Amino acid sequence: MLRYVLNRVALGLVVLIGLAVATFLIIHLVPGDPVRQALGGRASPDQIEQLRDQLGLTDPLPTQFWAYFSNSATGQFGDSFVQNSPVGELVGQRIAPSALLIGYGLLVSLLIGVPLAILGALRPNGVVDHSVRLVATLSFAMPLFWLGLVLALIFGLELDIFPVSGYESGLGGILKTLTLPAVTLGLALTVIVVRTLRSSLLEVLQSDYIDAARARGLSERRIVAKHAMRNAVMPTITILSINIGFLIGGTVVLEGVFQIPGLGSLLVESVERRDYEVVQTLVLLAGATVVVVNIGADILQAAIDPRVRLAGR
Amino acid sequence: MSTEVAAPALAGTARPGHRRSLPATPVLVGAVIVGLLGLAALLAPLIAPYGENQVDFLHALESPSLAHPMGTDDAGRDILSRSLYGLRLDLAVVLFVTYIPLPIGVLLGSIAGYFGRGVDSVMARLADVMLAFPFFVLVIAIIAITGPGLKGVLIGVPLAGWALYFRLARSEMLVLREQPFMLATTGLGYSRPRAILRHAVPNLMRTALIYSTLDMVVNLLLLASLSYLGLGKQPPGAELGTIIAGGQSYLLSAWWIATLPGLVLVAFGVGVGLIGDGLSDGRLRSEAA
Repeated sequence: MLRYVLNRVALGLVVLIGLAVATFLIIHLVPGDPVRQALGGRASPDQIEQLRDQLGLTDPLPTQFWAYFSNSATGQFGDSFVQNSPVGELVGQRIAPSALLIGYGLLVSLLIGVPLAILGALRPNGVVDHSVRLVATLSFAMPLFWLGLVLALIFGLELDIFPVSGYESGLGGILKTLTLPAVTLGLALTVIVVRTLRSSLLEVLQSDYIDAARARGLSERRIVAKHAMRNAVMPTITILSINIGFLIGGTVVLEGVFQIPGLGSLLVESVERRDYEVVQTLVLLAGATVVVVNIGADILQAAIDPRVRLAGR
Repeated sequence: MSTEVAAPALAGTARPGHRRSLPATPVLVGAVIVGLLGLAALLAPLIAPYGENQVDFLHALESPSLAHPMGTDDAGRDILSRSLYGLRLDLAVVLFVTYIPLPIGVLLGSIAGYFGRGVDSVMARLADVMLAFPFFVLVIAIIAITGPGLKGVLIGVPLAGWALYFRLARSEMLVLREQPFMLATTGLGYSRPRAILRHAVPNLMRTALIYSTLDMVVNLLLLASLSYLGLGKQPPGAELGTIIAGGQSYLLSAWWIATLPGLVLVAFGVGVGLIGDGLSDGRLRSEAA
């Protein structure tokens, strides 16, 4: 087990270093000049040159990369020259709503998705199964921000159950302000949960050991809950961890819709303010989150299922 | 395609009672939806009842009626006309950002899969890194440098999008290169470019093209979302995301501005989804044969 974990972590570190290189290259090689963008059209060439100097942008690329890389590795993300405060601090202030939104969304998708998947797998081509397929096709085509607006219109403005914008901390505040965005995010993810879990449950339910369990006269409830689910959750964990990127993208959009002061809205604000120090950090953070979640999911799988960790031997 | 033999076999394992004639219908429905919307977008300047930015303050915020089937916005602009122009722009951009990275990704993927070893591991790690970023965030990062606007979308999406096609083509190539006909190209002394381009790539294109239909929807939603956030197409230009964003402050008093253009997006996505699902179902079945 330890060997497997170390192996995964080492691979993850390689991707993380790659992420840092890619972020750096994007900022430096994509056509466009962040300094000119930051100072606006009226800046004199002298001013531009001065800021470039100050930011170290006149150093050779390898020197710049090393400075950036060693700073990021030690958690020093520099100062936002637009907002005059350390980037780490700006990010820290805004991280809670985003993390809570992702967690809440995930919870919603599991609460709705797991029962639907079981119903669908027990009665293939039944009413639940067909409705889920229909909703799946719809939700694939539905922009999150639009779904969010429609839910805000119905449950926020017409029925007046939830506020349509803003954020409050504390359990009550979170339930009040994050429920609509989390349901929006969760519904999109639910479809993925149902599809994966349903098809893997169907597969598992046809295997010999399930027949054996039936032959022993176990109740259907027990067979599904204890025997089938254990093997069917694996692909679901994988799919959920693959979709962490989708969740992060989703929070960026939904924080815009519901005006939640999280990292997503910080990203959009920073792009508009040309605050590229912050953008760079957030992009790296988003990539790192994906890598860490994927390693976590792999390790979790290995802990549940010994076949995973023994496969590489 | 000898689908007759395979269909019952698959139906027996996955979907009992599934009829073979069924999948054709969704593809047809999807094709009709996509065809009609595509035609409407193409002909927008001819069939739109009003201009893209034709302002009419006397008829501002009017609810849907015969004169304005989707209502009007705060400047009295016709939402239907703006949606048609918006769809036109969206589809043009989406076609570009989907079908530019496709051949690049397929080509690189087939090269990596064909040669294996060093070339492969370097390129595969590069693709892994690109795919590790949340796609949406990566495109926003590129827009941060180019400045908000369509330019960032046109550069950013292809720059990030090739990696998916690379991965698809590479994994297929790993199987394909062991096939007798590919081994024969070596035996016959064909050059490597000829073996890859003439013999392998045509076989890889099918999966990539099927996948690209779904990718188009993803890119359409991406573009609309970016514009909605103010990072894509800038107002007053008509784009479905911008129209919806413009209607958000009138959500309660004039719900049609923000909601109805979204239905255009949903309809197009459902149409493409039906086609894509149908095609990949058909493919699975013919492969099973």
